[in-house]
Amino acid sequence: MGRIYLDHASVTPVDPRVLEFAERYLKNDFGNPSSLHSLGLGAKRFIEDARGKIAKLINAEKETCIIFTSGATESNNLAIKGTALRNVAKGKEVAASAIEHMSVLNPMKELQKNGFKLNIIPVDSTGIVDLEKLGGVLTKNTTVTSIMYANNEIGTIEPIKEISEMVHEKGLYLHVDAIAAAGRIPIDVQNDGIDLLTISSNDMYGPQGAGALYIKPGVRLQSILPGGGQERGLRSGTENLFAIAGMGEAARIAKDEMEQENTRLEKIKDKLIDEILKIEESYLTGHPTQRLPHHASFRFSRIEGESILLNMNMRYSIQVSTGSACSSKTLEPSHVLLAIGLKHEEAHGSMVLTLGRSNKAEEVPIIVKAVKETVQKLRKLSPL
Amino acid sequence: MAQIGYSEKVLEHFMNPRNVGTIEKPDGYGKVGNPVCGDLMEMYIRVKDDIISDIKFKTFGCGSAIATSSMVTEMVKGMNLDKAMKITRNDVADELDGLPPQKMHCSNLAADALHEAIKDYKRKKEVKK
Repeated sequence: MGRIYLDHASVTPVDPRVLEFAERYLKNDFGNPSSLHSLGLGAKRFIEDARGKIAKLINAEKETCIIFTSGATESNNLAIKGTALRNVAKGKEVAASAIEHMSVLNPMKELQKNGFKLNIIPVDSTGIVDLEKLGGVLTKNTTVTSIMYANNEIGTIEPIKEISEMVHEKGLYLHVDAIAAAGRIPIDVQNDGIDLLTISSNDMYGPQGAGALYIKPGVRLQSILPGGGQERGLRSGTENLFAIAGMGEAARIAKDEMEQENTRLEKIKDKLIDEILKIEESYLTGHPTQRLPHHASFRFSRIEGESILLNMNMRYSIQVSTGSACSSKTLEPSHVLLAIGLKHEEAHGSMVLTLGRSNKAEEVPIIVKAVKETVQKLRKLSPL
Repeated sequence: MAQIGYSEKVLEHFMNPRNVGTIEKPDGYGKVGNPVCGDLMEMYIRVKDDIISDIKFKTFGCGSAIATSSMVTEMVKGMNLDKAMKITRNDVADELDGLPPQKMHCSNLAADALHEAIKDYKRKKEVKK
């Protein structure tokens, strides 16, 4: 039996078309884009091509709104620290939802250690940001508020447009982490009123080692990596051109195929959710309808997630993910699952399935059977 | 997809755990851990002439919690109680060709569960006297 990869929220495989495209840079135009000779100019064209494709994916005002970084973690750090530090004269308050990725929460906490006031906004049991609480903490001193477009662990899509309106009523900038959403669902930064948006290459079938940050014209931020002045002086260092070229092509493919792919994956996702919820004491985590089209996440009582993951992988060659403490570096359950109100023992039993291009409708019965048997096996072992 | 750095032996015991189940009216019963922390183990023993003649377990927890439970039951079946009392967490981990460092503390409670079962047996014996 072949492998069934259901962990696309952790990393997507590089699309062969992306690889073929980016390879052209390594083979022919390997110059440093800052060099003025023909190879440098050739390399520069690759970067500008990628910038254009990413700008199109999210409907940015112009290509120059896109800055390339080493990855989404750096983009989040640049967006948050870059704006907070640059606009410190306007205020020293920042805000983020409780379910943000660690690459948002930890830069925020770093600012807090350096004298900023950090407001963490709670979410409801489906993962939607509490808008009333958000409105309550925002002040004219709030320079950056960071809310994700969609959550990677529970699939919930946030009401970004509404959030943007609230943020701009009192505060300065809205940063949106779109790692899980970009290339998956339509994003329009102008219509949504987004000031800064993070995109990851390796979450949309691009190579690892590249990320992008959209910066709305007029947004003031400073570099967190000063040096030779690449990327408008906001991100110095020789560009990772292979990854950037690939990321651009990945964005193009994602945009071109999004509608068709979403229709296909949504059907598989709905079927998986219907069938898996037939298992006794199984529950959906995240929002039932406001969720990513490729995302199905669950929890099962009386069993533990790392065991689910191991058994699925070893017995059935199916790769899944979990928010259980036992699979994390900190041995704490996922902060996202705790934020939606799960108890520790409930959060331990989580399983996340994220679909992608390799998955087919025919795999549904195989996956469902594997999940059923795994839950059954582990419950037999469980004293609970 | 990481296997969280588990040895082949841990994975083998996890996939095919030995001595799963319960013993009716056991001579000794031990329970350690807490579902809040993600690990809970129950150990049941049958004792004959100070020797563990049968042992069963039930475990809620991660791969290493299940593997260490299975391993400890295999190690002590047929062993006398004094010797079994001396088995440490490290002994169990060694028998499994080691555990990842972050698992040594939280998911390596099987020896403790065994010791609790033996103490329970001894307490019951005292009462009978």
